[in-house]
Amino acid sequence: MDIPYTVEARPDTGVYNAKVGIWLFLSSEVMLFGALFSAYVLIRVGTPAGEWPHGWQNLTLGTLNTVVLALSAITTLMAWVACKIRQFGKFQFFHGCTLLLGLTFLCIKMVEYHQHLNHYEIHLTDGRIADGDMLQNNPKQDYVVIKGRYAAYEEDLYDLRAQKNLKETEIKIPRSQIKDMQSYGPWHNDYLALYFTLTGLHALHILGGSIVIGYLWGPGRRLWKTDPERFTNRVEVSGLFWHFVDLVWIFLFPVLYLT
Amino acid sequence: MDELKTAQPGTARAAAGADPSGHAVDFHQYLRRCLYVFLAVLCAIGLMIFASYLPHYGWAAKVALILAVACVNAFLVAGFLMHLLSEKKLIYTLLGFTAFFFAGLMGLTIYAMHDMPVGTVFH
Repeated sequence: MDIPYTVEARPDTGVYNAKVGIWLFLSSEVMLFGALFSAYVLIRVGTPAGEWPHGWQNLTLGTLNTVVLALSAITTLMAWVACKIRQFGKFQFFHGCTLLLGLTFLCIKMVEYHQHLNHYEIHLTDGRIADGDMLQNNPKQDYVVIKGRYAAYEEDLYDLRAQKNLKETEIKIPRSQIKDMQSYGPWHNDYLALYFTLTGLHALHILGGSIVIGYLWGPGRRLWKTDPERFTNRVEVSGLFWHFVDLVWIFLFPVLYLT
Repeated sequence: MDELKTAQPGTARAAAGADPSGHAVDFHQYLRRCLYVFLAVLCAIGLMIFASYLPHYGWAAKVALILAVACVNAFLVAGFLMHLLSEKKLIYTLLGFTAFFFAGLMGLTIYAMHDMPVGTVFH
């Protein structure tokens, strides 16, 4: 059976069916991320002044990821252009670059997640708070070692941007002095819950897009030999999804890293 | 809708090598355009970071400035890389509905922030 309008434009819509399909899908995606962004706005505005974290993210890694994704948006478009001018070699090069950049983004994101999950806030029995990266946490030892600092109040940990020249040292804490300790995972506070939810969902989209791009770059390229125009349309549709993922990050970056 | 009805089956196949606006695809021209867009995106990223460190400005002003730059950034990606500046009417209609519902979603959220039951106590 021949599927209609995979290449030709439908007379009533003016575009081929897959393009209408991807735009309908992207519309639903806008509402999905919109719901999460509205949750962010609600929680952010409802938080009392001075209690919203600032400077908790690694800005260097965040900026690097933004540049990586912006570059991948360029390479995915150039891959489509290469298909349009019937230069398959160039397509393979640019699509391969997109795939590598997508995977680079995910690797950097994993490093960031690891940094958060390895960062601990430790409440001591004398009322002080020790905050820093965990260096040693062996259950057989009666102490833990972190690289961080002491804070007198919880509020001192929120705005790291305002506190310049923070000195971090290696701190050895006996377990007997620990009241409770918690890593900076999504359970830690509202901000980190939103951070992990939004970036986690976005990373899943990057993963999904990478799988599709990898398929078109690998086994899916067989279609190029039999129907290059249809293959080009597949590349365009996957590219539109990739650009959307880039668009989401364009807003996630300032919201989570800069404000 | 007249414009849509004029599209004939086979148009896209016949226009192989053409972009959504119907113009012939020139590799080097696209490469140059992409380079400009990428440079503009880099400038926007730099501007957002710079704005976030601006002293003597309130939080609301900073957020407004940063989000305005982010919107410009998004326009560059959507307009040039997604070809939204030269898309078909149907896609614009679809996006119009999306924008309407998205605005409704955010609007209801903002409205709900001030719609607390009488006697609500904040801790």
